[in-house]
Amino acid sequence: MDNKEILEKAKLIIADKLGIGEDEVQESKHFINDLGADSLALVDIIMSLEEAFGMEIPEEDSEKIQTVGQMVEYIAQHGK
Amino acid sequence: MNLRRVAVTGVGVVSPLGSNKDRFFQRLLSGENAITKIDAFDTEAFSVKIAGEIKDFDISPYVHPRDSQRMDRFCQFGLVASILCFEDAAIELNDKEKDRFGVIIGSGIGGTDTFTKEVIVLHEKGPGRVSPIYIPKMISNIGAAQVAIRLGAKGISSNPVTACATGTNAIGEAFHRIRFGLEDFMLAGGAEAAINPISLAGFANMKALSRQNDHPEKASRPFDLNRDGFVIGEGAGVLFLEEWEHAVSRKARIYAEIVGYGASTDAFHITLPEPSGQYQASCMRKAIEEAGITIEEVDYINAHGTSTPPNDATETKAIHLLFGERASTLHIHSTKSMIGHLLGAAGGVEAVVTAMTLESGLIHPTINLDTPDPACDLNYTPNHMVKADCRYGLSNSFGFGGHNFSLLMKKAV
Repeated sequence: MDNKEILEKAKLIIADKLGIGEDEVQESKHFINDLGADSLALVDIIMSLEEAFGMEIPEEDSEKIQTVGQMVEYIAQHGK
Repeated sequence: MNLRRVAVTGVGVVSPLGSNKDRFFQRLLSGENAITKIDAFDTEAFSVKIAGEIKDFDISPYVHPRDSQRMDRFCQFGLVASILCFEDAAIELNDKEKDRFGVIIGSGIGGTDTFTKEVIVLHEKGPGRVSPIYIPKMISNIGAAQVAIRLGAKGISSNPVTACATGTNAIGEAFHRIRFGLEDFMLAGGAEAAINPISLAGFANMKALSRQNDHPEKASRPFDLNRDGFVIGEGAGVLFLEEWEHAVSRKARIYAEIVGYGASTDAFHITLPEPSGQYQASCMRKAIEEAGITIEEVDYINAHGTSTPPNDATETKAIHLLFGERASTLHIHSTKSMIGHLLGAAGGVEAVVTAMTLESGLIHPTINLDTPDPACDLNYTPNHMVKADCRYGLSNSFGFGGHNFSLLMKKAV
């Protein structure tokens, strides 16, 4: 799965969790500063993505993920 | 202590008969039934298949979807009723006033549906998959918290949990906060969403619910000889309370004045009311004593009136015990005959009804009262509304556990 495909799939989940349009979920966006997430929402999103992509993101890694692009990149590198 | 007067200057409901307070009241006056077959889930395996459901609830005009999906249904009901209530009060509060604005909204059982769903996740997928939103979505105090966040209320916020008496308990405590000078404004009531599999199964198996599955419109029949249990309803009801002089000075619409709050406990059984009714009577008497009036001035009672065999007979006994010969002259009705028993929200919705009844002089009927029960021999306003100018009215709520609460309201003059 390339980054574009990952973004397309992740977009649906992120948009749903934050109650925003899918087109707002762009790689440059910061979850908290740009997309209206709080720390709890970010944990919720990460858990949903873990399930959707069949992977585990350890806490020490998930704490570093702040933007949509970082999330996509992490999944690309560590996902199945 | 210098006691202050307390005005009801806003009302809000989310109910099986809608969320527009005026239409809600009109529908009650016309005796409209809201009990139907349950649509929310498949009831095939359940002995009870009927409820007072809210079919068309839409929170999207009021709350961003990011936030609403973090709220259990009970919390959504409570928040929308509170937003409507605050709009109805037509008041703007500055920062200093918000420091003395409190919220007491209770829920009898809180986020049981959220709880159930996450227990299933725990079993099927393990602890690592339980939602991080689970706790703040499920806990029953979160209704009061969400309302305080939305309205910027910085005074007390709290969540009484006294089963079917929760809403009345909440409003009574809020009334005292203003009466004793501790706050100037309060938003108070109850919210409940228990039409879900785990709650329906629990209430059904304790034999508390009506089994009139083929005739839902006839199932909730308080004080009728053929009543066979209550029907679960859902929704929220809240009042905006305001220190009297402040309400008068801003020329607010005053629905009613709250003048007394009585509380007692049966200390008898976990679900059955103490059969003599003496503690329910003492509960009502305490509300009347707080107001410093006599029983002769009370004209009206919004009864707890659940449609269970024990409740309605015991409540009737309690009214006889307290009012003696005057009992037969009282106008009594049960809102639950039309919308079912909203559990922790019942007292909230019924306080709205009590205030609107005193203001309008229009008393909605108790529907389905077709066959009088010799044990229920008072004037319950059977099947047709009546016009009656009432001076004082009581609203009763009696919860599992023997928690008894009564509010006494006075027609605003």
